[in-house]
Amino acid sequence: MRWLANNWDTVWQATLAHLELSLPAIVVSFLISVPVAWLAHRFSWSRFTLVTLGSLIYAIPSLPLLIVLPLVLGTTVRDQINVVVALSLYGFALMIRAGTDALDAVPASCVHAALAVGQSGPSRFFTVELPLAGPGLLAGLRVVSVSTIALVSVSGVLGINSLGMLFVDGFQRGILAEVIAGILATVVIALAVDLLLVLAGRALLPWTRASARRSR
Amino acid sequence: MNWLMETLEWIADPTHQSGPDGLWALIGQHLAITGWASAASVLIGVPLGYLVGHTGRGRMLVVGLSGAARALPAIGLLTLVALVAGIGLTAPLVALAVLATPSVIAGAYSGFDSIEPATLDAARAMGMSPSQVLTRVEIPLGLPQLLGGIRAAVLQVIATATLAAYVGAGGLGVYLFRGLKTQDYAQMLASAVLIVVLALLIDVLFEVLTQITVRAVRPRL
Repeated sequence: MRWLANNWDTVWQATLAHLELSLPAIVVSFLISVPVAWLAHRFSWSRFTLVTLGSLIYAIPSLPLLIVLPLVLGTTVRDQINVVVALSLYGFALMIRAGTDALDAVPASCVHAALAVGQSGPSRFFTVELPLAGPGLLAGLRVVSVSTIALVSVSGVLGINSLGMLFVDGFQRGILAEVIAGILATVVIALAVDLLLVLAGRALLPWTRASARRSR
Repeated sequence: MNWLMETLEWIADPTHQSGPDGLWALIGQHLAITGWASAASVLIGVPLGYLVGHTGRGRMLVVGLSGAARALPAIGLLTLVALVAGIGLTAPLVALAVLATPSVIAGAYSGFDSIEPATLDAARAMGMSPSQVLTRVEIPLGLPQLLGGIRAAVLQVIATATLAAYVGAGGLGVYLFRGLKTQDYAQMLASAVLIVVLALLIDVLFEVLTQITVRAVRPRL
């Protein structure tokens, strides 16, 4: 506890750096995977390829990816962009399957009804399919957010600032409290972002709560 | 492409292949760490998952556990155990087993959970005892999902075993950290490429195993 009291500022700075890397990655992976999930959902020939691509990306170990990626991106290993792109790839890999399942779960009768009242493709997607797939997408996004926030720390061994630096520094100098503080801070911000997502879900998808109450 | 050539040359260089920190020795270490940690997580995870799946008790615990494990940073857990247990093999083995076990529990549990209740009723109606239901119905039918859980666990272990070198326990991560310290990008890349290839090979192996299992448990008509 004393270590934490004396080093509050270090932990706070590391937490901010951690969020700077993880939040953009979470947003980017969501924004990219939803259209791709739609492709997989809409065209069955693309489904196998896209879902397999996702699980293949997910099988690539993270630290090696951080080393190889600069070759493609033209950045250095210690570049923030490098970390954000790597994390986005993993987020995408997780989200693609959840997104495809969520879009598949939209009742066909709703889509047909929208078609029957004459809604065009884009408007049907944004006003019918996307909101109805909302709960499934949210569930996927929550998994992505928690695992991304946990994954950022590995970049610490490469010397990139995040809560991972607390592990590296704590290990090298033999300060157990610093490592424990890093783990706790990771769990706390993962829970905080998760809570925000749940609240955002309640605000954006109010009917999911109403139907949950009715079914009880 | 230039770097790729240099990396391949690095890997092909005979002086990097033999000796106590040669390629083959480190691949062996990496696989040994992966094997032991995965075996430990299977030994702990399968009975627990079966227990929850068979009795239907403690479902929330399984869901909570796998969620909590996802939030744990691997490098944090590893350095924590290493500070307590010291440099060497203990830390990565304990940390990796802890990280991998929830996937195994979830796989074992969901395999049981996905069996149709009617199938279990039929087994009981035929006069099977609870232990027969377990060994002849639940375990075989749950195998594909269990394999899926073990696959996820092993992939996570083989990836995270890279960090074992960080606490002095060897494995292919040795080249990565050595290259990092000496600014030798070719060596880092060689390590990265080898680990990625190893992980993908294991993934393919599990894919084949899963196909065989699915075919074996599918009812023959």
